[in-house]
Amino acid sequence: MAKEIVKVEHLEKFYQKRHVLHDINFSVNEGEVVALLGPSGSGKSTLIRCLNGLEPYQQGEVTFNGEKIVPTEKNWQKIRQKIGMVFQSYDLFPNLTVLDNILLGPVKVQHQSKEAATASAEKLLDQVGLREYENAYPRQLSGGQKQRIAIVRALALNPELMLFDEVTASLDPEMVRGVLNIISNLAQDSNMTMIVVTHEMNFAQQIADRVLFLEDGKILEQTKGSQFFEQPQTDRAKAFLDSMDF
Amino acid sequence: MAHSGINVLFEGRNLIRLFGGLWTTVEIAAVALVLGLILGVVLGVLRTFPSRLLRFVLRLYLEFFRIIPTVVLLFLFYYILPKQMGVNLPANQVATLVFALWTAAEMSDIVRGALISVPKHQRESGMAIGLSRWQLYRYVLIPQAVSLELPATINLVTRVIKTTSLLMLISVMDVINVGQQVVEANNQKYPTGVFWVYGIIFVMYFVIDYPLSWWAKRMDKKRLERANG
Repeated sequence: MAKEIVKVEHLEKFYQKRHVLHDINFSVNEGEVVALLGPSGSGKSTLIRCLNGLEPYQQGEVTFNGEKIVPTEKNWQKIRQKIGMVFQSYDLFPNLTVLDNILLGPVKVQHQSKEAATASAEKLLDQVGLREYENAYPRQLSGGQKQRIAIVRALALNPELMLFDEVTASLDPEMVRGVLNIISNLAQDSNMTMIVVTHEMNFAQQIADRVLFLEDGKILEQTKGSQFFEQPQTDRAKAFLDSMDF
Repeated sequence: MAHSGINVLFEGRNLIRLFGGLWTTVEIAAVALVLGLILGVVLGVLRTFPSRLLRFVLRLYLEFFRIIPTVVLLFLFYYILPKQMGVNLPANQVATLVFALWTAAEMSDIVRGALISVPKHQRESGMAIGLSRWQLYRYVLIPQAVSLELPATINLVTRVIKTTSLLMLISVMDVINVGQQVVEANNQKYPTGVFWVYGIIFVMYFVIDYPLSWWAKRMDKKRLERANG
């Protein structure tokens, strides 16, 4: 049986009185790509943010690599090195060059030597075709380029799990493909374990091994990727796919 | 023109004394600013921490120094505290202390404002790569806050320098106090001397403060150009 990277059990989250995540249960195996789909406001982003401690949750357990996480800030800080996350708004640090953005984690958090970290950062930059920008500042890059750098920044820590939170939602249409290709390559060539929140249905169909469909903070169905897009099990998911012109 | 008022400046050691007074002013302002700005940055950072008690205490400190007029603070520290607590500091040191504490209070508000206006996503991206709180401030938040807060900081510096003109009230021999003495001593001989003495003090303050305020304005413009550029 494949190794379980993340397991979520009975997770509940409230914003004050509002119940935003209801009894969430799922697990992700090594090398698996899970897509979180669902209408806006269904709790996809909140859920993915709970998985690296950016959002606190009130009940339930998250297990990472077989270890139950005691949700204190210190513990999360250690675990975050192993969980890369890329956000919708890319958020490179504007005060640092591209290379320094990438090196910050490996050098300051993981205490790698600067030479070794630079060598692997440059290799990653080559893979996303942005090696020549290593000394540029983020403001000199386009949105798509920034997002590719943000992916490299997360990968530079050698994570065991990558979280992608609507990473193409604020990009110009022609930039989207490049970013999605990088994520697909990561799934296929590097066999990276990933959880992806997206509104790009074609992309989700192409990479997802499994789909979690959320609505109103509940997982309505968990279906194999190939099956979800052909034959969703719930009417709600079917209506959702229809509304996405899929 | 035998009795032209401007000659009051060249009578005896008047001009040298005025410059001596200016030096006292600059010295007090400079030391107070260095101490105050450093302390202010530390307090400003602390004011963005989650602890409510800490934030409340620092907020009280800020409001105390902001609301009470500087003159009152000077009197309080010079006349009242020594009596009550038995510490007797020379006027120059009291002045430096009061100005440093006041600068720290104002600076803490500037730093806090700049830190909380760094977008929330920056903080989260930093946390996502595993930075500790200290590293997050050191590499991400503070460097970004500096460019936001620099113009306000320079304005604070000019304000502190101007306000040193109150120091004569606790008998510091600053430029204003010296000027007053020069005016009084030469009143018979140079009835219009007061105009010239205060005139040159005006020029002195202007020469120190104007470049700073010009610099602040220029940096703010540059920052806006960069931000919108």
